[in-house]
Amino acid sequence: MAEYRSPEVLVETSWVSGHAAKPGVRVVEVDVDTRSYDEGHVPGAIGWSWDTQLCDTVRRDIIPKDAFERLMAASGIANDTTVVLYGDNNNWFAAWAFWQLKIYGHADVRIMNGGRSKWLAEGRELSADGPEPAPTSYTASGPDLSLRAFLTEVRDGVESDAIDLVDVRSPAEFTGEILAPPGLPETCQRGGHIPGARNIPWVETCAADGTFKSADELREIYANAGISGSKPIVAYCRIGERSSHSWFVLKYLIGFDGVTNYDGSWTEWGNLVGAPVERGA
Amino acid sequence: MRAKDYKVVEREMAGWPVRITSYRIGGTWHAKADNVSPGATIATSRAANEQAALEAVMGKARARLAATRRFPVSAEGRK
Repeated sequence: MAEYRSPEVLVETSWVSGHAAKPGVRVVEVDVDTRSYDEGHVPGAIGWSWDTQLCDTVRRDIIPKDAFERLMAASGIANDTTVVLYGDNNNWFAAWAFWQLKIYGHADVRIMNGGRSKWLAEGRELSADGPEPAPTSYTASGPDLSLRAFLTEVRDGVESDAIDLVDVRSPAEFTGEILAPPGLPETCQRGGHIPGARNIPWVETCAADGTFKSADELREIYANAGISGSKPIVAYCRIGERSSHSWFVLKYLIGFDGVTNYDGSWTEWGNLVGAPVERGA
Repeated sequence: MRAKDYKVVEREMAGWPVRITSYRIGGTWHAKADNVSPGATIATSRAANEQAALEAVMGKARARLAATRRFPVSAEGRK
């Protein structure tokens, strides 16, 4: 069985259990439901809120560099700290955080395989305490925008057939049957997908327990959909968090080069006046 | 403390597949409903007993799922 391209970015719950309290390691929980952390979390873990701490809270954008440096410093994270991220919903926003840490050049970032649900299901120790880490000094690099796709690049890439677009939403979102995941507010004016995109839902990359499938299985999933790595790959979803999960798979587990996350995603494209849209499977 | 009595069940609600996860931490029962695919959390609840937590999460999830509009789909806009 083939190994992941970068196996060091993935740690198991058992590893976290044994390393969370070690010096030089900082565990961070990033959930969709930001109240989950307060229920109980990995002992010693701090919690980040994706909607207030991992974005620009005024304009739509990722966290600004200076705010990122302040967040890392206040979280007790130095430039050489091993950061282990985990969260609910199969690590969607843990992957979102991972993507931003890489944009700002943090060297050692890992994801806990299976996320919060696996930790809970295994009956591992939980803590309700909020740690107060000693602040550090942190200097970010970048931003490394080779990891991020913007609207103009996607539009140019579609028009020239120069990119492989991977839409990681559910089939019903992809076809235009629904405008948002069932039960969530509609956040776009039109349903469908970006012309030429292949639909490879993020959920296909995970096993039933939330852990990532094997490297061989992952390669087969993308190969069967015609994604070979011969062109730059752009992943997108609705708001960019599910696609950071697939970006992580494509770049670090399979190991394709030139993979970017289009975080504008369908809430940008599906609201654009005059943008081409495909509907149906 | 640890999560105990961790359970996951799937059922259909308002025409959509839903996964309900429940567990107890200390004296509080937690329940969460997600929409299976894509897997987004629709509702959460906390209560003093399992039944109350499940009833609360299912009530919230059913109401939110019932508001989801479905549009007829045909292949359009192809290059």
